Amino acid sequence: MLKTTTLEAMLAAYPELAVSEFRGGTRVVAQRGKLFETLQWFLCQRGFDLLVDITCVDYLNYRDAKDRFGLVYLLASTETNERITIRVYLNEPELSVPSVVSLWEGANWMEREVFDMFGIVFDGHPDLRRILMPDEFTAYPLRKDYPLQGRGERHNFPVLRRNQA
Amino acid sequence: MALELPENVVVSKLDSLANWCRKNSLWPMPFATACCGIELMATGASKHDLARFGAEVFRFSPRQCDLMIVAGRVVMKMLPVLQRIWQQMHEPKWCISMGACASTGGVFDTYSVVQGIDRFIPVDMYIPGCPPRPEQLIQAIIDLQDKIQNEGTITGEEFELKSRQATKRALIELPVIQTPVHLLR
Repeated sequence: MLKTTTLEAMLAAYPELAVSEFRGGTRVVAQRGKLFETLQWFLCQRGFDLLVDITCVDYLNYRDAKDRFGLVYLLASTETNERITIRVYLNEPELSVPSVVSLWEGANWMEREVFDMFGIVFDGHPDLRRILMPDEFTAYPLRKDYPLQGRGERHNFPVLRRNQA
Repeated sequence: MALELPENVVVSKLDSLANWCRKNSLWPMPFATACCGIELMATGASKHDLARFGAEVFRFSPRQCDLMIVAGRVVMKMLPVLQRIWQQMHEPKWCISMGACASTGGVFDTYSVVQGIDRFIPVDMYIPGCPPRPEQLIQAIIDLQDKIQNEGTITGEEFELKSRQATKRALIELPVIQTPVHLLR
C-alpha cells in the first residue's frame, strides 16, 4: 500500500501521472518519454530500492484497449514496505524504452526476458540478448499474434539416424 | 551325428553371446528433464530395484553409457544438447523414450516443446504414461533386453539403416530366399 505522503509527493513532482487503485494496490501510468525519470525519482527520492519485476502485457484484440503493449514495472521499498505498479503503454513501431539496469542491477535479466518474449528494446542495456529462447530464434513468442504452436521452429533441426552417431 | 563335448562346454553363436552380455549390463544415461525423472529415480532405487535386471548403474557421462532414457519433455533449446549427448554415447546404444512428453510432446503442444524425440533421434522403446509407473519402465527394459537378444549382432549390423529396414520388411513380407554366392559363380 502506498502512503499518502508518497502519493502526494509523486503528484507534486509528476502531475501528469494517471493514478488508479485496485484492491489496495496503487497503479500509475507513466508517459513513455518520462519513464526513466519517474523510475529514478521513485528510487532516489522515495527509496523504492527493490525492483520486483518487469513484465509486459500484449493487449492485441483486448476489449477496450487502445494501446498494443503495456510494460509493467513493479517496485517495492524495503524500508517502508510500500509497493507501486508503474505501467507504460507502447505501440509499434516505437517499442523502445530506456534500460533501468543503471538504477537496479536486477533489471538486467528481467529486461532480457521482456525483450525475448515481446521484442521490447531496452536502450542502453549492457547485454540485450535472448535469455530463454535459442539465439537463432527470430519471433517473439508471447505476442498474441504469434501462433501457440509456433511457426515450425520446433521442427527445424537435423535428424540423426541410427548409423550416423 | 552327435558331437562329443565335455559337459562344461556350451556351444552358441557369437552374436547371441554378445547379446547376452549386452542385454544384462545396460548402463542407462538418465536424460531426466521432468516428472518422469522422478519415476526413473524410483525405478533405480531400492523399492523397485532395477538392479534385478542388470541396468542399475546410472552414469551421468554419456561416454560410459549405452542406454539413453529420455524422461520428460524436451524443449527446442535442449534438443541440440540431447543430440550431442546421443552422439557421444558409444555403440552399441539404445534409446528409451519415457512418458508421453518425450514420445509425443504430451500436453505441451507449444512453440518451444519438441513433439516427440523420435523426430530427431532414433528410439527403440516408447513408454506411455504421464508419468509411467516404475513397473512400466522395468517392462520396457525387459522388452529392450528381448530386442537386443533377438536382433542384435556383434558387428552392429542391426544399426545400419538398410539392414534394419530389410529386417523390418522381413517381418511383414515373406522372407526372400537368396541364392548362395558360391552357386552364382
